[in-house]
Amino acid sequence: MTADEPRREGALERFWGEGGAVLRGMATVFKQTFRRDTTEEYPKEIAPIPARAHTGRHRLNRHDNGLEKCIGCELCAFACPADAIWVEGEDNDPEHPVSPGERYAKDYQINYLRCIMCGLCVEACPTRALTLTNYFELSWGTREDAILTKEQLLEPPPELGTTPGAELGR
Amino acid sequence: MDWLDWLLLVARVVIVFFGLLLSVLLYIWFERKVIADMQTRKGPMRAGPRGVLVTLADGIKLFFKEGIVPTNADRRIYALAPVLAMFPGFLAFCTIPFGTHVTLFGRHIPFQLADLNVGILWVLAMTSIQVYGVVLAGWASGSNYPLLGAVRSSAQMISYEVAMGLSLVAVLMYSGHLSFSEIVAAQDAVWNVVPMFPAFVVYLICAIAETNRPPFDLAEAESELVAGFHTEYSGIAFAMFFLGEYVSTVTVAAIGVTLFLGGWRGPAPDVVPWLWPLLWFLLKLTLVIYVLVLIRGTLPRVRYDRLMAFGWKLLIPFGLVWVLLTGAIVVLPDHWQLDRGTILRWAAVAIGVILILSFVPMGRTDRRTEGP
Repeated sequence: MTADEPRREGALERFWGEGGAVLRGMATVFKQTFRRDTTEEYPKEIAPIPARAHTGRHRLNRHDNGLEKCIGCELCAFACPADAIWVEGEDNDPEHPVSPGERYAKDYQINYLRCIMCGLCVEACPTRALTLTNYFELSWGTREDAILTKEQLLEPPPELGTTPGAELGR
Repeated sequence: MDWLDWLLLVARVVIVFFGLLLSVLLYIWFERKVIADMQTRKGPMRAGPRGVLVTLADGIKLFFKEGIVPTNADRRIYALAPVLAMFPGFLAFCTIPFGTHVTLFGRHIPFQLADLNVGILWVLAMTSIQVYGVVLAGWASGSNYPLLGAVRSSAQMISYEVAMGLSLVAVLMYSGHLSFSEIVAAQDAVWNVVPMFPAFVVYLICAIAETNRPPFDLAEAESELVAGFHTEYSGIAFAMFFLGEYVSTVTVAAIGVTLFLGGWRGPAPDVVPWLWPLLWFLLKLTLVIYVLVLIRGTLPRVRYDRLMAFGWKLLIPFGLVWVLLTGAIVVLPDHWQLDRGTILRWAAVAIGVILILSFVPMGRTDRRTEGP
């Protein structure tokens, strides 16, 4: 036998090699039994959401003095790849401005049957008026309910687990 | 036999039937929980405490579902197949002693439905009948994937039945009985698993293949055949296939316990003498089932040609050699006027020496130790 010739495995070595591999695999799997489960029992216990998770419903923000940040520029609607946002801008009444700028959003709707949560609208917004929250319980009974109006978007999202019907999962 | 005997007989049948159903309910839950644990999941948690009723909920759901019969199906055989797949598991369990006996109303009641004097043959016959359920289901569905699954499955079950039969033959040669109660009685000193360990391993592998469990679940390989022979079944008929598969797994584990692990034998205090054997039997059954689940959780599905090669080229020759050796163990003591135990001990020493030698490198240098 020259040194270059690959060494042939004997039958016994193969037996120990392959049988041992099966047994070692079983031992590895068995050891996993004692690891802590990673399951979250979601509707029963809602695990705390990371502080910087912005993956849920939108929110329209206000300035500290109560004026809306949204200036009705419609950039979010242009940025939206799913055409989920409807904005209707109008000139501010100088006596009672809704937003600090020239214009404000008379109507603002987001259709959550279309929204894909990509966040491009948030990137497009020049005034940080539109941000994503971490409220992910997006389910509604009818198509009309899935279109959120400006009044709803201005409100902070409800607590997780308080969606109507959530008690059924508990 | 008077009416009381008949009543007790019927009661026993009913208790065993529902006991087996209950054990399947618990076993499916057990399997899902154990596998979930191995994957750091929780498994079913919702129905009942820690999800123990999940199988019951599944069963009720399946029961109320619509049973759809394909247009091309052979309707009568299509309806017969799930029954044929379900009942052999129950019937095979009838011969298994799951305890000693109890005296009720002055009657001697053994914890065994029927002490057949051909117990092992009965088990083999029943596992064979189970193949018919699979084949007929695949054929009668009038659809391609079920047919492919059934062909695979029948080939697999028939091949592995040979190796399983060989491992059972070794046990019956060693203990000299076909009846399960006699085999358990013969294991009072040493369980058969000690002298018959290779046969036990062969039996375990064949049992997995026989019951179409992973890693030998070629018959219902989801990624290849949709669901195999029961693709076209729905509702209660599908539930019967599912039930049959799990009943036969329990039965196969129970047969393994009876033949190799001493059946209901185990140390017991003198209080309530009938209870302890039952508990020992259930404990051993759970352990064997745990091993089956562990194997399922570990090994990926075997390729079909490798499955056949493994059965025909490894297990059957190995089983034959083992039957030959068992014959030697049975016959040689008479021939040499020796005790069987002495021969077994010397055989154990010889095997131990061979095993130790097999770890020693055989004179050649391992290339890996030579360095680059």
